[in-house]
Amino acid sequence: MPAASATAGPIPARARGRPRVAPTDVLPLGFVACFLTAVVVLPIAALVWESRRQGARSFWRVVSSPEAVAALRLTLGAAVVVALVNAVLGTVTAWVLVRDEFRGKTLVNAVIDLPFALPTIVAGLTLVALYGPGSPVGVDLAFTRGAIVLALCFVTLPFVVRAVQPVLQELDTEMEEAARSLGAGQAAVFRRIVFPNLLPGILSGAALALARAVGEIGAVVLISGNLPYRTEVSSVFVMSRIESGDAAGAAAVAVVLLCVSFALLLAIGGIRLLVTRHERA
Amino acid sequence: MTGRVRVFAAALFLALAVLPAASARPAGPALSLVAYSTPQPVMARLVDLWSSTPAGKGVSFTQSYGPSGAQARAIVAGQPADVAFLSTGLDVDGLVDAGLVSQSWGKAPHGGIAADSVVAFVVRGGNPKHIRTWSDLVEPGVQVVTPNPFSSGSAKWNILAAYSAERKLGKTDEQATAFVRQLFRHVVSQDSSGANALNTFLTGKGDVLLTYESEAYAALAAGKDIHLVIPRQTMLIELPMVPTRAAPAQARRFIAFVQSARAQAILAANGYRPVVESVLSRPALKKWRLAYTGGSRAIVRIADPLFGGWRRADRVWFDPSKGRMVAIEREVGGPAGAGG
Repeated sequence: MPAASATAGPIPARARGRPRVAPTDVLPLGFVACFLTAVVVLPIAALVWESRRQGARSFWRVVSSPEAVAALRLTLGAAVVVALVNAVLGTVTAWVLVRDEFRGKTLVNAVIDLPFALPTIVAGLTLVALYGPGSPVGVDLAFTRGAIVLALCFVTLPFVVRAVQPVLQELDTEMEEAARSLGAGQAAVFRRIVFPNLLPGILSGAALALARAVGEIGAVVLISGNLPYRTEVSSVFVMSRIESGDAAGAAAVAVVLLCVSFALLLAIGGIRLLVTRHERA
Repeated sequence: MTGRVRVFAAALFLALAVLPAASARPAGPALSLVAYSTPQPVMARLVDLWSSTPAGKGVSFTQSYGPSGAQARAIVAGQPADVAFLSTGLDVDGLVDAGLVSQSWGKAPHGGIAADSVVAFVVRGGNPKHIRTWSDLVEPGVQVVTPNPFSSGSAKWNILAAYSAERKLGKTDEQATAFVRQLFRHVVSQDSSGANALNTFLTGKGDVLLTYESEAYAALAAGKDIHLVIPRQTMLIELPMVPTRAAPAQARRFIAFVQSARAQAILAANGYRPVVESVLSRPALKKWRLAYTGGSRAIVRIADPLFGGWRRADRVWFDPSKGRMVAIEREVGGPAGAGG
């Protein structure tokens, strides 16, 4: 909250499309800079430093090894699928929670956040018991790529829901009613009124889900079976490098993972800027 | 608003300043044991028992349990440790390389080993697939669960056991390596640790789990519907317990206690093979004597010329870029392998 107050100072904040920092805001800005340095910048810098300790040739040998490449492809593929699934189902869930009235809505609303509170290794354990060989519901997904997507969907569910929900709550239904009274059908109202308003929220949520899915280990490590080349994701591959005493190799793969994630997040941020350009004009 | 930020910043600063002080170690004789996960129940008992002996009286004990490799790394990273109890000599060698444990730890009494075990097969109750020997594992339709050798020490023992069993049956190096490859075509899950592999097997995946005999006894004691098979040819798992260089004299005394007949009898009754074999002649341990010594078995040690100790075995088999297992994993799982 203190950080947010920094951009809402007395001086017109968006004079030229870019927030200006007033002189009185130096303290919070400095604080945020220190905080980010301690918890984000320094650890990532240390990671990059560790990864290049053994030289560029060794870096390349690890990240281009067939097993690392296979793990990276699986991880990114699964993360993209998970982000897409979340974008659709998360939006539908948010819609139901905001627009529909049913008994127990408060309860369901609280349940959405539970995956965040559960230690992900427990989530993995539970999913194996529920959707594994001894499944009480007759679904044996464990130790397949489908299981990886399922586990990742579980831990990333709240992101899109929580990003879209407040937008939906703020969304004025008058706009939709006006469109309907002008003869627009249900589909047209959604496509031209509701969806454009929700899209920035959906993109933010999907980006968070994607980033989380790329790095997740706890929920995946038990249910995937970790078969190299088949169901081994990058985070598990990185762990096996660490366990083999190859910290530099682990850091190298992690750096590649970070770079690719960063590029994906930038791309999503770019799309978000594009779809919200009318708001900033 | 900025006033609030100042208060918050001050509170954060205070918290950071106080934290290290709170984690300081207490005064007085204190020992810290850093051990791998499975022996936790039996080690807690031995620590209790030791504190009632003259040597252990008044010594406060902190115990930490976790995956062996992770524990070794934690010690290297600075976790206080006087006694390390790990699941492979390889993890101890990591401590040696960091200068924390004497290079000659293997010359201590009993070779620095606190207890032994062997690589065992765990099968479903009633052994429905009739698994008795290593070659039964590669019969059509048999599914094997073993951890990933690059993340689990337990998996390394399993692979070396499979290889050495074939060598003891008269196969060449090439044939025995081919057997390991064949075995990995039957592996349906390569979990990150022995404990996770056991969990996978208990959820119903696979027909055979390769694991330590001691882990299998722990699962049996928990009432699981499983059956234990000790193959005729297997590998002796030596579980090292070593003092660190900086440890007080009590550390050695504690290890000597663990290697005493009294403690070894307790270890034997908890599924570990004692390093003091004479305790097995006790009438109360008859059941365990039969379990540990029944049948004429070829049990290979890591010091056997087949392997030449952990460092060489690790380099040949498990080097993350050139080890034999890197090639085997690629042949089995890669684009040209059986899977897709």
